[in-house]
Amino acid sequence: MSELIDLTAAQAAERIRAGEIAAAELFDAYRERAARDELNAFTWVADAAPEANGQSGTPLGGVPVAVKDLFCTEGVPSQSGSKILKGYRPPYTATVVAKLAEAGAPLLGKTNQDEFAMGSSNENSAFGPVLNPWDRRRVPGGSSGGSAAAVAAGLAPWAIGTDTGGSIRQPAALCGIVGLKPTYGACSRYGMIAFASSLDQAGPFTRDVHDAALLVRHMVGRDPRDSTSLEYPGEIELPRAEDLKGLRLGVPEDLTGSEGGIEPGVRESFEATIKLAEGLGASIEPCRLPHAPQALSAYYLIAPAEASANLARFDGVRYGLRVAGDSDLVTMYSRTRQAGFGAEVKRRIMLGTYALSSGYYDAYYGTAQKVRTKIAEDFRAAFEQFDFIVTPTSPCTAFELGAKMDNPLAMYLNDFLAVPMSLAGIPAISIPSGLSQGLPVGFQLAGPAFSESRLLDAAHALEGAIGFDGRQARR
Amino acid sequence: MLDRDQVLHVARLARLELTDDEVDRMATELSKVLDHIEAIRELDLDGVSPTSHVIDIVNVLRADQPTPSLPRETILAAAPEPLNDGFGVPSPGAA
Amino acid sequence: MSTGTVQYEPVIGLEIHVQLSTRTKMFCGCELSFSDPPNIHTCPTCLGLPGALPVVNEQAIHFGIMIGLALGCDIAERSLFHRKNYFYPDSPKAYQISQYDVPLCLGGHLGDVRIHRVHLEEDAAKLNHLGASGRIHGSDRSWVDFNRCGTPLVEIVSEPDIRSAEQAREWLILLRTTLRQLGVSDVDMSQGSLRCDANVSIRPAGTTELGTKTELKNMNSFAFVAKGIEAEIERQKRLLAAGEAVVQETLHFDPITGSLTPLRSKEEAHDYRYFPEPDLVPVLATEGMLAAARADLPAELPAERAARFERELGLHADTARLFAFRAELGDYFERALAAAGANGGAGLEPAELSNWIAPLTERIGSDADPARSKVTPEGLAALATMVKAREVSRDAAREVLTLMVSEGGDPRAIVEREGLGAISAEDDGLGEIVDRAIAADPDAAEKVRAGNMKAIGPLVGYVMRETKGRADGGEITRLIRERLG
Repeated sequence: MSELIDLTAAQAAERIRAGEIAAAELFDAYRERAARDELNAFTWVADAAPEANGQSGTPLGGVPVAVKDLFCTEGVPSQSGSKILKGYRPPYTATVVAKLAEAGAPLLGKTNQDEFAMGSSNENSAFGPVLNPWDRRRVPGGSSGGSAAAVAAGLAPWAIGTDTGGSIRQPAALCGIVGLKPTYGACSRYGMIAFASSLDQAGPFTRDVHDAALLVRHMVGRDPRDSTSLEYPGEIELPRAEDLKGLRLGVPEDLTGSEGGIEPGVRESFEATIKLAEGLGASIEPCRLPHAPQALSAYYLIAPAEASANLARFDGVRYGLRVAGDSDLVTMYSRTRQAGFGAEVKRRIMLGTYALSSGYYDAYYGTAQKVRTKIAEDFRAAFEQFDFIVTPTSPCTAFELGAKMDNPLAMYLNDFLAVPMSLAGIPAISIPSGLSQGLPVGFQLAGPAFSESRLLDAAHALEGAIGFDGRQARR
Repeated sequence: MLDRDQVLHVARLARLELTDDEVDRMATELSKVLDHIEAIRELDLDGVSPTSHVIDIVNVLRADQPTPSLPRETILAAAPEPLNDGFGVPSPGAA
Repeated sequence: MSTGTVQYEPVIGLEIHVQLSTRTKMFCGCELSFSDPPNIHTCPTCLGLPGALPVVNEQAIHFGIMIGLALGCDIAERSLFHRKNYFYPDSPKAYQISQYDVPLCLGGHLGDVRIHRVHLEEDAAKLNHLGASGRIHGSDRSWVDFNRCGTPLVEIVSEPDIRSAEQAREWLILLRTTLRQLGVSDVDMSQGSLRCDANVSIRPAGTTELGTKTELKNMNSFAFVAKGIEAEIERQKRLLAAGEAVVQETLHFDPITGSLTPLRSKEEAHDYRYFPEPDLVPVLATEGMLAAARADLPAELPAERAARFERELGLHADTARLFAFRAELGDYFERALAAAGANGGAGLEPAELSNWIAPLTERIGSDADPARSKVTPEGLAALATMVKAREVSRDAAREVLTLMVSEGGDPRAIVEREGLGAISAEDDGLGEIVDRAIAADPDAAEKVRAGNMKAIGPLVGYVMRETKGRADGGEITRLIRERLG
């Protein structure tokens, strides 16, 4: 059994293809582990392997996937971590989940998350916090904390999540696994319960870079049901690179300087990884992203503004929670939403509503959109000189449960290094670069739009040199 | 920055019946966040066009071809108040 | 200021919502429906389910561009959709996807009223109210039917160029005819596929500053549009006359009582928080799209047709507009005109032929389409030609028309069968009958001889009676004056 769990997803798919193990056997092994989950990573686990398990002929071989709660799955609870959607079973399935099932990755379970993907610690879930498998007193990061913890702890071979302002990369970093946020528009958003529509993007959580490439190549593609999805140019290639010869890596001082609040242990690991990259043949130079420090502010206007509209549909009329159904309409709305949303969601709805309200639009939302333009220009300029931009993924390692719950601003600062890429819509990957005081540290590489294949290749070479061992979290 | 009245006004717009405590807390917390965010208003952004979308595509259009609709019993299964084959609500005209 | 003698001028602008007759909804593939059982045309998108996304219907864009071109608008090279945020049970996402600061069409005009803008949006769901009256007030529970939700709508906003309730009604009819001819909508006010709100203000005649306006809603027939606006103009005049101010508010027209009630002020405190819809991308009106829309425009639009009827055919301006705005009358008239031309026409002027349309519609019902009556355009043309050639008197021809309406057929055959042919001086002894009339009423004859032409009536009447209306009135008068002149 433990042998099965130690296989990467690609290795497991290969064994199934070779007839050495049965897909159902693998599914059951993970299903049992997921069902015994002590991390609160899952909100729902499949009862049994799916019927048609003749998946050995499919590209993903029948290796099951854990799916963040906010992806709609037909007939299966899809609650986005919220009380307002408790028990909600949608009548349709998200495109990305359907594509993966078709490619041979059936649904293993739904994973816990910050409510409506708002958070960096997974403490904002109506279904309780998720625990970090490296240290159960600590958070796994967020918002896709359940997916990250499940993969890190070996409760799932791989998982998918969503990244709006770091919600894949940051928990991947804090849990010591690989997380990729693809180019905006690469994966369909149809069926993803929206947080901030112009930023949300689905992506994989995996144990290694190869698995990430394998999973994401079956997630991307234009979906006629998502107007903002794009045809992926070519196919995402499986990574092979063992070195970084000829690659130019830029270190943005605007982000890695003192303003970012990067912990010493994280900085140490980052610098060690830079050295490894040089050893692999990369050239490393400082680079400028002058507007990137303002990204967090722009992000905390744009995302809440979009969220305030996206979450307005939770009104107690068609589905989900209803409170005070016998009072007048406005009271029913206001009490339903008051009772159904958690503190952080309410905070962001308030912030977003305020930013869009009469008299403030230009000063807040309008300005934030202009900053967004400048940030995208900064990256464009940087990529004329550099192949990739590299930073630590998160300024800190996993913090203790409750440590930042009383200070929203401190919590938001966790996203300082992640949101610039989100606003620019470019792909970025986090890979584990080592441990700091026993806790994983993430290393982030970001590339131009649709550079996923090259990005994965570079990450693969670095991963080999780093030699991170995540087995400790899979006990 | 944000006072209680502003918080209450925004909460009404957002249809949130905040508790008294929450109104106070919201005023403090949002003010703090907005203070931090204010910095972007000092940037020189004259002549910069806003980005509402990073992807530069236009005319994503759908052919006017029907696709199947959902069965009524499916959609009403999730309804808090099914009523007359529809979704019941307190009447907006009720006193 | 004394208001007793002030003359007020109404200033009226209209906002018209038109449901487009696409097959599917604006942003999803659900079929449009009318009077189907509730909630059978919904999907995750139009029901606002979590995670669902909109995709623009290309036919709705096509129709929108057609309307813009027909109204002479500038078609925006690049237009955007916005979210308009408000909570109401008929709005499943709690925002409506609509166009805001960059609409599809800007400017333009229809007839003598300028167009401000034309934009695309989605319709709301239908809110039904429990209780005997089925109306919103006094009902405790309501229920939502989402069949209509997401139906493509075009909103057409006029400039405040309209100066009377009647002009508003007539312009709305012109707009309906134009849209109907484009084939983009059923434009049926009773079914709600055409809806009209009006912005009404008044100002002292001769001034240019606009007064405070009110918005009138729920005028769901052409007659109610005129009635509602008229009532509001009168209300505002009374307010100003009493020294009170007009308050900017939205008024609900009650078609039963004809009264205007303000909507509750709470509903008015709107802050729609518009922002660009991040789930959609801009619409670019390409050369290809413009060319396709142009190709689908009819050869001649009603406003152009009215101008042609008046200028080229010499019809009276009112008749020209009537025939153009009620396309079925114009079509019928033009077919009759062609038939008259083909038969030589005896020099029949189009205006003379046009005078026979009203008598026909009087006989078949004023709203009926003459093409569906038993009177063919050829038959009507033949009748008008006979009158022109004095083969039948005007009065007799009216009798013939009544028979044609009830039994159809050729007017010439009816005239022959009924013996209604005109009596002429030369052939039929009309002169003798005139002589008899003069002999029978010497008093009248004397007065006419003395120059009192009013006295000619009884003499003409005598002849008419004697000839059973077959003699031409003009001819009779000529013969009398010949004798008494």
